[in-house]
Amino acid sequence: MKKDKLIISKKNFNSRLIVGTGKYKSMQECAKAIKLSGAEIVTVAVRRVNITDKKKPLLMDYIDPKKITYLPNTAGCFNSKEALRTLRLAREIGGWKLVKLEVLGDKKNLFPEMIETLKSTEILTKEGFKVMVYCNDDPLMAKRLENSGACAIMPLAAPIGSGLGIINDINIKIIRKQTKLPLIIDAGLGQASDATIAMELGCDGVLVNTAIAKAKKPFQMALAFKNAVIAGRQSYLSGRIKKTLYGNPSSPKSGII
Amino acid sequence: MKKKIKIKLNGKLKAINNNSTLFNIVQKNKIPLAKVAIELNQEIVDKKKIKNINLKNNDKIEIVHFIGGG
Repeated sequence: MKKDKLIISKKNFNSRLIVGTGKYKSMQECAKAIKLSGAEIVTVAVRRVNITDKKKPLLMDYIDPKKITYLPNTAGCFNSKEALRTLRLAREIGGWKLVKLEVLGDKKNLFPEMIETLKSTEILTKEGFKVMVYCNDDPLMAKRLENSGACAIMPLAAPIGSGLGIINDINIKIIRKQTKLPLIIDAGLGQASDATIAMELGCDGVLVNTAIAKAKKPFQMALAFKNAVIAGRQSYLSGRIKKTLYGNPSSPKSGII
Repeated sequence: MKKKIKIKLNGKLKAINNNSTLFNIVQKNKIPLAKVAIELNQEIVDKKKIKNINLKNNDKIEIVHFIGGG
């Protein structure tokens, strides 16, 4: 099989699994899970430095941004102004231009606020950011994001942290057919097989956080997701058989004794 | 006694010397400069220039870094 890479904004990645770095019990656990997952991109949040407790461990001491691509995320932002402020600061930390835009619209279901998301995508693209955009599984909105300069479309499978898996596979298929941009399922996956399904739908990658971090055995789940993404991608590229209503024997009919 | 001014650092009120620079604050709080971004009154600050930035009364400083997130 020829080298099958995930290409985002002209950058090549071997792994199609992106993992979040939140919700782990410790930095050590987070770093080990990432290693086992094989992920080369991790999402990170921008927050205040703890001034009072200077001994608090820093993420960069555990996950080397020279080896793993940091994808600054605007998680927790509820409007364009907050999201832009967060990503401009992220860029300032060390030149990060590849970012994940996530503008939330509702504190309970954490669905994206798409009007603010679209507005932010346009502004950030003009400022030279490469914007991977968290969005609804809505083909029309996905198209508008693409037209606004998004470098990857990241529709949700289900609400963030819900573990429900892909709720609307038809819409994901439609988005797949209409875009050449990297399509990455972001949010809502619960188990490894959900990632396989996403990849079999033709997605270019998946982003997982809670399903690994909150599994009873995060290390084992990280490995499971790694394998599930590889299996799903290989299955997609292999071209599945057609579904039929009736049986079709696997053994030849001739020469039966 | 030196005259003091009040600033807000990451949301916390602090009394500092009148002639303090942003660099003094970074140094005093042992901030790893390469791993942070700094805002002064909601404007991003060029980290190379913090020695020349004198702080005024009621200045609001935000120092942020990357933490674990989804």
